[in-house]
Amino acid sequence: MKYLDEYRDAGMAQQFARELHRVTTQPWKIMEVCGGQTHAIVKFGIDELLPKEITLIHGPGCPVCVTPLEMIDKALEIATRPNIIFTSFGDMLRVPGSTTDLLSVKAKGGDVRIVYSPLDAVKLAEQNPAKDIVFFGVGFETTAPATAMAVYHAAQKGLKNFSMLISHVLVPPAIEALMSSPNCKVEGFLAAGHVCTVMGFEEYFPIAAKHRVPIVVTGFEPLDILQGVLMTVQQLESGRAEVENQYVRAVRRVGNQPAQELIKKVFKVVPRKWRGIGEIPQSGLGLSEEYAAFDAEKKFGVAESFVGESPECLSGLVLQGQIKPHNCPAFGAKCTPERPLGAPMVSGEGACAAYYRYRGQPDAVAKK
Amino acid sequence: MPLRKNDMNAQKPIEFSGACPVPVSQYPHVLLAHGGGGKLMHQLIEKMFLEAFRNPLLETQHDAAVLELTDKKLAFTTDSYVVRPLFFPGGDIGSMAVHGTVNDLAMAGSRPLYLSSAFIIEEGLPMETLWKVVCSMRDAAKKCGVQIVTGDTKVVDKGKGDGLFLNTAGVGIIEHDKKITPQNVRPGDAILVSGDLGRHGMAIMAVREGLEFESKIESDSAPVHEVVLDLLKASIEIHCLRDLTRGGLASALNEIAEAAGMKITIEEKSVPVREDVHAACEMLGLDPLHVANEGRFVAFVAAQDSERTLHMLQRHNVSANAALIGKVVGKSAPLVTLKSAIGVQRILDMASGEQLPRIC
Repeated sequence: MKYLDEYRDAGMAQQFARELHRVTTQPWKIMEVCGGQTHAIVKFGIDELLPKEITLIHGPGCPVCVTPLEMIDKALEIATRPNIIFTSFGDMLRVPGSTTDLLSVKAKGGDVRIVYSPLDAVKLAEQNPAKDIVFFGVGFETTAPATAMAVYHAAQKGLKNFSMLISHVLVPPAIEALMSSPNCKVEGFLAAGHVCTVMGFEEYFPIAAKHRVPIVVTGFEPLDILQGVLMTVQQLESGRAEVENQYVRAVRRVGNQPAQELIKKVFKVVPRKWRGIGEIPQSGLGLSEEYAAFDAEKKFGVAESFVGESPECLSGLVLQGQIKPHNCPAFGAKCTPERPLGAPMVSGEGACAAYYRYRGQPDAVAKK
Repeated sequence: MPLRKNDMNAQKPIEFSGACPVPVSQYPHVLLAHGGGGKLMHQLIEKMFLEAFRNPLLETQHDAAVLELTDKKLAFTTDSYVVRPLFFPGGDIGSMAVHGTVNDLAMAGSRPLYLSSAFIIEEGLPMETLWKVVCSMRDAAKKCGVQIVTGDTKVVDKGKGDGLFLNTAGVGIIEHDKKITPQNVRPGDAILVSGDLGRHGMAIMAVREGLEFESKIESDSAPVHEVVLDLLKASIEIHCLRDLTRGGLASALNEIAEAAGMKITIEEKSVPVREDVHAACEMLGLDPLHVANEGRFVAFVAAQDSERTLHMLQRHNVSANAALIGKVVGKSAPLVTLKSAIGVQRILDMASGEQLPRIC
């Protein structure tokens, strides 16, 4: 397929791999932040082409995975109320809350629907004036403009029966939090290309300078990732810690400014709890005062709850890059995509699900 | 390929070739009484089902059709169809209910002969819609050379069905001595697919979700029995055949690996996927290997017959895009591996749970 096969060429992949073997002289630990990159790495087997000195650590960039349990519980509470059409992206429906998941709510008769765009939820609100339509907005800066656009449209149309449960998160504060942690082993970052398509990459300069860490904005195809790793290793080997852009065909330094304007108008930056990591200051988006009427949490008065994660699920350590998915004792045994203990086993972008799907049972992974 | 979001209701009306008038015209909608066992039901059966599917076996109107067969072995199968919407680009629930069961019979290496058809109709279904489906079944059965010889009609309360559910069972005759089963798969067997993958699943997805692609993706729903009978006639050493429906190629290969106790390997680049289907899958985060088909099968044949099989498949329209995609490595713990586009081996697993909403 045009614009895709070019970035999946086996010959070029081998060339990048050879160059990586040539330039690598010592062990390096590099984190790919985005779950989409984790998925591509495991699906195409990119890590198997790398020199053994290079370890890829899978970062917390799967929005479904980091959505806190409390927020899922709130979603479940709203979805079970009468006269509600509860909408979200497909993966969110299977994420277990503390008691159940949205798909089970649907099976019991709740009106829970998958939408492909938040604007479809706005359309539903127009088509069903007698119902309350709630959209569960999750994601990083990449999906925030679409969520913002939906709220903006709903306001323009004066819709009173539309609201949003917002759990948007931001990448740079998460990188900052990871680098500030005493356990952090990460020496270089592949920044998420799609996030930077929206936000640009100026936010990363202070992080790279403060922590002396190379950050390379990287795309999602095999050759993108190999080149991103090569650029990071070249920086590490030569003692540089700069922000570079591998994904030049999609990312500009300043990003997509109209999208940023819309985000600023509709949202405000708030502290946000990340599943498996804890609260990170200034790391999320919530609705601004101007759009507070669309806040489902306020509209439905859902109570704050504090629930503990399953002690058997080590997703926090996986999301912080401290262990690989198959090092978790529950992996493939008590925790599978059919019966997930934690969110990283649910989403297509979750590290645990990617390992399970493409590397198989714990024995098969261990042999690799 | 750019993907355009379209108005969900903006589908074009389906055009039908057999534009016969609806034979039960005094009732524009199906009523509960049409399934009640009384006059209305008899009228529906006489004027609609008997009219469309007419043949001597059905005309006996007995509780069961009595089939006269030779002393050959029989293949027998059943399948239910709950696809939504009832009409989709490239097909409809009626033709699909015939093709699906014919294809299941073909996978056992049999010549499909007789089908049953059971209708579960939701009260209020427009009679016209039912007639269109019946006409489509009639045409598909004629094209496949099968007869619909028995059937059943039930009408359920409004809200208790989804318009129309169909069940077809089928009987086919086996005219050869070959064993075509997963257990018959041998180390070294060549693996072929009969065409490009993922069209049915993506066609349904596009209509259901209001997605429109630059070139229209039509379902691949089609009968494949003639190709299979040709392969058998040419004495191709077929070891196993499997219809690629829900779960796609990935599920079929895993099921066969499991049943045969074999390791299977395929090459991602060899699997034919049309460009527009590939683009749609990329956009929606789906893997074409997991997406449903309705007119595709995978064949395991002896290695020495692989080229001949490929050429024979490619001579038929329905399997013109057939390709050799992999081989059976050998006896082992069941496993399917795939050589990725960049040349690295990985596991090809079944998708867990639903990839798409109801699609067949």
